[in-house]
Amino acid sequence: MTLTEEKTPRGRPAEIKAVPVRHYGRWIAAVLIAYVALWAIHSVANNERFGWDTINAWFWDGSILDGIVMTLELTVIAMLMGVAGGVVLAVMRLSPNPLISGVAWLYVWVFRGTPVLVQIILWFYVKALIPTFSLGIPFGPTFVHFNANDLITAFVAGCLGLGLNEAAYMSEIVRAGILSVDPGQSEAATALGMSRAKIMRRVVLPQAMRVIIPPTGNETISMLKTSSLVSVIALADLLYSVQIVYNRTYQTIPMLLVASIWYLVMTSILTVGQFYLERYFGRGTAQRQTMLERFVANLRIRGGRSA
Amino acid sequence: MATDDRPSVAKADTEDAVDAVDAAETTASGEDAVQASDTAASGDATTAGTGAPEFMVRAENVHKNFGRLEVLKGIDLTVRPGEVMCVIGPSGSGKSTFLRCINHLEKLNGGRLWVNGHLVGYRQKGDRLYEMREREVAAQRRDIGMVFQRFNLFPHMTALGNVMEAPVQVKGLPKARVRERAVALLERVGLADKMDAYPGQLSGGQQQRVAIARALAMEPALMLFDEPTSALDPELVGEVLEVMKQLALDGMTMIVVTHEIGFAREVGDSLVFMDGGVVVEQGRPRDVIENPQHPRTQDFLSKVL
Repeated sequence: MTLTEEKTPRGRPAEIKAVPVRHYGRWIAAVLIAYVALWAIHSVANNERFGWDTINAWFWDGSILDGIVMTLELTVIAMLMGVAGGVVLAVMRLSPNPLISGVAWLYVWVFRGTPVLVQIILWFYVKALIPTFSLGIPFGPTFVHFNANDLITAFVAGCLGLGLNEAAYMSEIVRAGILSVDPGQSEAATALGMSRAKIMRRVVLPQAMRVIIPPTGNETISMLKTSSLVSVIALADLLYSVQIVYNRTYQTIPMLLVASIWYLVMTSILTVGQFYLERYFGRGTAQRQTMLERFVANLRIRGGRSA
Repeated sequence: MATDDRPSVAKADTEDAVDAVDAAETTASGEDAVQASDTAASGDATTAGTGAPEFMVRAENVHKNFGRLEVLKGIDLTVRPGEVMCVIGPSGSGKSTFLRCINHLEKLNGGRLWVNGHLVGYRQKGDRLYEMREREVAAQRRDIGMVFQRFNLFPHMTALGNVMEAPVQVKGLPKARVRERAVALLERVGLADKMDAYPGQLSGGQQQRVAIARALAMEPALMLFDEPTSALDPELVGEVLEVMKQLALDGMTMIVVTHEIGFAREVGDSLVFMDGGVVVEQGRPRDVIENPQHPRTQDFLSKVL
């Protein structure tokens, strides 16, 4: 039997310096792709029909910027309604009380089963169905009356249509997140004497977040663009704002490009935000890196393999 | 060594109990009934003469089935305060299920279980049992610590956060004081330097020791261990058993479901061998291990020793 101590110390060997494998195929592909990309950029940039002057002239226009603000407001409000409603619906859906879970199921069935465009229009015309709203006890006395015309403005209709529809989708995402948490977690919390509500809030939901956040970021990015549907009820979001302009100037394509570029800018910013949210809720499980660090690390790995 | 000398419960009694539970379950608003019994309930277990405080745990003809599968077929056991009871037996013998019945993670289908003189999960008034509300069961569980095979630490909290969670959230104690005690507990299990580590950064043995500290933070009167070393690498088993042994020496009442026969012999005050949902043999660990009477026990021990 030999022990390591008895051996003569050899020290750490020198780092291996071998010639890495050359990926000639990758180099050829890179050159080809760069060539095609250059050609595409060149032809788009020099195509007058894209109307780069028009895009440039309108890109920072006040009406467009107002439209962006409206789009962002709608997205934020609809997503807040969606997330809050989604959590409530998901918890209801998982309730042991069949009546409560049934109501949640019914909600999802209705709001996920009909087109969001239809829902927005219906909310806009809800005054035709219910001319006045009253606050009070059903079948009993009423305290306050609202005229539906004053209460349901185009903005409110847009928020309701987008937000209530989103809640149905979010509830499925949250439910999947809750179900993804190891049952041992609630069991351990139960054994410690925690109440069901506390277990949900302190133990299950924070862990479910890791599963919930990525699709929610996806939903937010999707909502940013879905919110353009409110243009049908003449709400001046980004899309409606460019429509107003091209209805007057007939510069349809350049104006749509203005909107598209702005949508791209906004989704790019959201993507960065999503990265940091995911990192926050992944604490305790994933190593912490900034986006830049991860990018650099990836480059190193790639570089190490192909250089 | 056999369990025949224990008082057996009349069959009718058990069925009554089941009926009462059923009734409480089917009445959506069973609250009224439960509240009505509030005043008279608390002393019942002791007045019946069954849950005298001389026993920390007293199980009487405990039955449990999952659907048609009968897992526990009448368990009678008692555990005195300060006693360390080890439970051994093959997989599927119902040891873990019995442990989970003690803190009502599983509902009994028949029989009675008292912890510290209180009937677990139900309130008895005369011949009828009333199901406890979720809140009341939770209150009962606070005095019973449990350690799981898979640790089940909260992965989004640090070791310290895990230990502090229940005293702060359940007992509502001030954070500063809880923190002080939590630090002391982590020192006690030898993890003073790992307070700010997340469970994912700890070895299995360290995680299980944090889990023990987490359970102790509620100052339980009884600790339940559900195969606490079964998920550990062999080299890490020792550090967890050492902590448990220390706990036993400090006078904690413990029920330990385990495959560690050595631990059972050294630390246990009593040893129970379960198989097929019944207690086959029990007695002093040394006697049972060295001189098992029942053929099933002999067979099992010959395989694991």
